[in-house]
Amino acid sequence: MRVNFSISCIIFFLLAIQIKTYADKIIVDKNTAINSISKAIEIANPYDEVIIKSGHYKEGNIIITKPLKFIGENNPVIDGENQNEIFTVHADDVSISGITFKNAGVSFLKENAAVRFENTKNGIVSDCKFYGNFFGVYLAKSKNCKVLNNYFEAYGKKETSSGNGIHLWYCRDSEISGNKIKGHRDGIYLEFVKQTTISKNYGSNNLRYGLHFMFSDSCRYYTNHFEKNSAGVAVMYSRYVDMEGNMFNNNWGPASYGLLLKDISRSKIERNYFIENTTGIFIEGCDGSEFLNNQFEKNGWAIKLMANSMENIFISNNFIANTFDLSTNSRQNFNKFNANYWSKYDGYDLNKDGIGDVPYRPVKLYSIMAQQNEPSLILLNSLFIDLLNIAESVFPSLTPETLVDESPMMRKLN
Amino acid sequence: MIELKNIEKSFGKYQVLKDISLNIEPGKITAIVGPNGSGKTTIIKSILGLVKPDKGEILINNKSVIKEHLYRKDIGYMPQVASFPDNLTVTEVFNMISDLRKQSVNGNANLINILQLESEMNKKIKTLSGGNKQKVSACIALMFDPKIIILDEPTAGLDPVASANLKKKIIEQRDAGKTIILTSHIMTEIEELSDNILFLIEGKIVFDGTLKNLVELSGQAKLENAIAAMMDKDFKWN
Amino acid sequence: MELIFKIIKFEFSNALRSKWILFYFSFFLILSFLMFNFEDETGKAVLSLMNIVLIVIPLVSIIFGTMYVYNSNDYIQMVLCQPLDRKSLYFGLYLGNAIPLALSFVVGILAGFIFTGANTEGIAPILILTINGFALTLIFTSIAFLTAIKFSYKAKGLGASILIWLMLAVIYDGLILFVTYFFRDYPIENIILGISLINPIDLARIFFILDFNISALMGYTGALFNKFFGTSLGVLVSSGLLILWFVIPFLFGLRSFNKKDF
Repeated sequence: MRVNFSISCIIFFLLAIQIKTYADKIIVDKNTAINSISKAIEIANPYDEVIIKSGHYKEGNIIITKPLKFIGENNPVIDGENQNEIFTVHADDVSISGITFKNAGVSFLKENAAVRFENTKNGIVSDCKFYGNFFGVYLAKSKNCKVLNNYFEAYGKKETSSGNGIHLWYCRDSEISGNKIKGHRDGIYLEFVKQTTISKNYGSNNLRYGLHFMFSDSCRYYTNHFEKNSAGVAVMYSRYVDMEGNMFNNNWGPASYGLLLKDISRSKIERNYFIENTTGIFIEGCDGSEFLNNQFEKNGWAIKLMANSMENIFISNNFIANTFDLSTNSRQNFNKFNANYWSKYDGYDLNKDGIGDVPYRPVKLYSIMAQQNEPSLILLNSLFIDLLNIAESVFPSLTPETLVDESPMMRKLN
Repeated sequence: MIELKNIEKSFGKYQVLKDISLNIEPGKITAIVGPNGSGKTTIIKSILGLVKPDKGEILINNKSVIKEHLYRKDIGYMPQVASFPDNLTVTEVFNMISDLRKQSVNGNANLINILQLESEMNKKIKTLSGGNKQKVSACIALMFDPKIIILDEPTAGLDPVASANLKKKIIEQRDAGKTIILTSHIMTEIEELSDNILFLIEGKIVFDGTLKNLVELSGQAKLENAIAAMMDKDFKWN
Repeated sequence: MELIFKIIKFEFSNALRSKWILFYFSFFLILSFLMFNFEDETGKAVLSLMNIVLIVIPLVSIIFGTMYVYNSNDYIQMVLCQPLDRKSLYFGLYLGNAIPLALSFVVGILAGFIFTGANTEGIAPILILTINGFALTLIFTSIAFLTAIKFSYKAKGLGASILIWLMLAVIYDGLILFVTYFFRDYPIENIILGISLINPIDLARIFFILDFNISALMGYTGALFNKFFGTSLGVLVSSGLLILWFVIPFLFGLRSFNKKDF
């Protein structure tokens, strides 16, 4: 046993040395013999470094079947000429950095990506630029991958002819961080993904969602910024999702939400900022989730809470200068609101404990009216509407009676 | 000098002036007489442009004045009821009007004296008695030495001394060649002052001529009786 | 022109002597000061101020303006006996009334805002608030003048003014709401938008929400609404209509004034 073990150790050690010894640098340069990436891949041994010098490379679809490290020097450009997928990776341990990928072709049959990882482990894409690609980085059935500090820009006009910036499908234990994504269909798309972290990304002006997230449990996303996406961010059919410190702003439009939560359970939405969205959060069919310390400012509707949502709690959030703080579609309420700050609250605090002595009813009659009967939005801030709201708050007849914040804060929470 | 041609005016359903045509003789005092509501003040206000006639023309020095305003610099007007901004003093009112007319007070500075207004000069209009307001109004009508002077019930509410002084002043003005139109209910005053008489009944001129003619026509010795006789429905005009 | 200035000067000094205008100025100064001082959020302060402006300015302007015309009757008669044209007098009276009112409001609000040094992030809504208040003062003063000149009796004129205010400030919106519900199965959004723009108070309100509540307005699915609210079309149309609301009653008032018998 002992000898056996020693031998295996030695063999392993030798192997390691051998690997190290053969980790050559292969330089791709238009002016040398190795003037194409395909050629470099052909002659490369596993774990070699492929250094790509500046130049415009048009090589169709490049398939990578060996663990290689691609490093771009002086900004090489690899062009898919609007026809092909560019990199298709079938090997583990492939890393790609410093390369500009252009024009992965739009196709209605195939989801062409600038970089695709298929059934791999430990892939890394970092510090790359992606312009005008159908899909940017596509990870399928892969594990433990990283997509870091890349820049994505696409120019699609329609949702149907446009792909996603970063697309994950059946992946786990991955990290997506520090990317900027503009003009794709969805900035980041996740489907059947587990235990993945999404952080410090910036998604703006995407045709659909900044982040689109489905059937993906136990993921965490924090400190991302989603702005001016035509439909905001959607998180659907998932459990145990942590959303922290993200910024959702200026997502405008009738079907646009800072954050759309659909069928989400046991999740946590904490310390996020929702600023000037048509709807801050749209909540449908969610249960057992916590909404803590979020900031809702100048949204049309801070929260639209559909009545099929239950046992959610909203504590210590700031609701500041929203047109409507809350609207719902039923007189029933199974959620709890407590100790939030509502800038519209005009109660008093006689015992000076910082908690208003009169409960606050965040659902106003007019918010229900505006929802049922859109043209009445034109009466926003009208004296007549104020009078109606006052009458309703004295004798609630259409607004949910149990939807009350019993201890509204007098001051904004930090 | 002042000529009205076919003037008509209604207030609502009520026709106040019915086809009035008349000529005011320059350099004379013309008195407009008639019962209450006969249209005396309306004629005066039409000449001033305060009332806009429905039809007809008003000529002063052969120029139509209906849409004009500058001709009023030659007119001094004393209304039946004086109206000034309440919270100004008499001096301020005088200055303001002088400023608006761009005319300075000339010749008639002694008016204040004659009408015994010296002690009232720094009082606010709202504290003045009705008589004193009338005096202020009379001063304004005369103080810019206008060529035409229009006085609506000038002595109503004045004390006898002021009244006498004002009348004296009016005659003085006539003698200086001014054209004067006045209305009054005091017949002795009209006898005393006027050269010509315009007699109105229900918006129509029933007599336009000299005082002498009127008295002769009625066959009465006194104007008062003459007027009374004429107002009788059975009076035969010939 | 010179005459207009003389009249404005007189009316102005008259207005400054009046306790009402001082009261009106202090009202806005104190209000603005309190709002900006005690509200954490500039946005909320501006919103509250806007709600007050939309109610108070039309009401005060129309009542004050109507009273003013009746109370100026003596002055008007006195001036009309002088060699002055009615147009100058009307302009002078109008400006002599509207300017002190508008200035009291503008200076009061802005002084309160500047004194408290409230954060300047919200400068656009404050500008709109000021412009709106200013425009409403001019508009309702011109409506007041028209009303007062049309009605010879003070009590009637004042009653009419209050009725006009009540109609435009409250009842009109109730009617709009009724229409939106009653015809909600029909595509009536363009009509709703149209009738809202007819009312100057609604117009000022929409002008304000175009900036302030744009996030909510963008939630509306109607194409015209979106075009109206989403582009500068909304701002252009509403400011154009605000100007019309000032010009039309003013010219009608002037016409009536020219014909009026004193």
